[in-house]
Amino acid sequence: MKICITAQGATPDTKVEERFGRAPYFILMDRETGSYEAIANPFADGAGGVGPKAAQLILDRKAEALVSGLLGGNAKAVLDSAGVTQYTYRAGGSVRDAFDAFRNNTLERAE
Amino acid sequence: MKLAVASGKGGTGKSMVAANLAFTLASTRQVTLVDCDVEEPNLHLFFPAPATTTEVTMPVPVVDESACDHCGKCGEFCQYGAITVLRDRILFLPELCHSCGGCTLVCPNSAIREEPKRIGTLTTSAPMSGMKLVSGKLDEGNPHAVPIIRAAKILAEGDPLVICDSAPGTSCPVVEMLDGCDACILVTESTPFGLHDLELAVDVAARLDIPAGVIINRSDGKDQETLRFCAGQDLDVLMTIPFSREIAAIQSRGDLLCRARPEWQEDFCSLYLKCRSLAGVER
Repeated sequence: MKICITAQGATPDTKVEERFGRAPYFILMDRETGSYEAIANPFADGAGGVGPKAAQLILDRKAEALVSGLLGGNAKAVLDSAGVTQYTYRAGGSVRDAFDAFRNNTLERAE
Repeated sequence: MKLAVASGKGGTGKSMVAANLAFTLASTRQVTLVDCDVEEPNLHLFFPAPATTTEVTMPVPVVDESACDHCGKCGEFCQYGAITVLRDRILFLPELCHSCGGCTLVCPNSAIREEPKRIGTLTTSAPMSGMKLVSGKLDEGNPHAVPIIRAAKILAEGDPLVICDSAPGTSCPVVEMLDGCDACILVTESTPFGLHDLELAVDVAARLDIPAGVIINRSDGKDQETLRFCAGQDLDVLMTIPFSREIAAIQSRGDLLCRARPEWQEDFCSLYLKCRSLAGVER
């Protein structure tokens, strides 16, 4: 299962970015193996509609869950429709911290 | 001639100026007053009259799922994030759509057509001899003011004298209202807030290459900073309206200064002449 974590940098050692659509990077991690792939977000500086466009991007990369801080209504609508579960991580740690919290089932689902 | 009344700051007296100018001029010529403050139009309160209302729509895409193979071209093309292509269907977020029509053009399967979606209304009335009033009104919850303003201005197209009353601010609705106007009246007040926003509005008018002049409303006589700014920008102060309890009372009961105190009509006639010369229209 692939999960997407919003990140400030291109590796799991960087901090979790709390914004979704304007996150600098998306780190896609394999829940089972812990292997990852970093995607630079082409919409980070976009004028508008960045939430749904970022959602499309992670859908195309087959993410099945999202871990981020804040999610806009439009992005949420898209991810809900696509069946991608969203979790909130706002503890200020690294992507790997968030990944561990996800694996330990301690993250809350985004409202 | 097409005149715009704008301000930057809200509550400076745009509608008051537009209404009194139109009221005064309507006794001698045909005037079309267009309420372009479509999120909160209020000129009709000065001019109650029977009116006809029509809908304003914008085209939005409708996908024929039976012809769609979810190739993703429409979603890739949409700059506004309005279209997301899921595995088994298209998700459309209408409030993000700007009606550019691009998705219908890029679809290789011709699976997208456009259908009109209501976004607001236009109300037209003839409240007095010589005056046509057009009010644009945006439906609640709809973010697209610009197409309503465009539609309202189209209803006034070709009329000999058009006065457009703007929304406050300096963003898209104001730019759309200013587009094509021959001159712009900027209504301000002598406060730090009035001056700050006047500076922004002057900049917008300059960028659109529309000649502008200033009205200082609710003046307490201490207008030095505003006057200094106007002199520095080579802006004419077209009129100064004093801070007066009587004027406020006339306004707040929905009456017009020029109807309650007809001697003001002379000032508004002179404002009109100054606007003509601003616009470069020969007398």
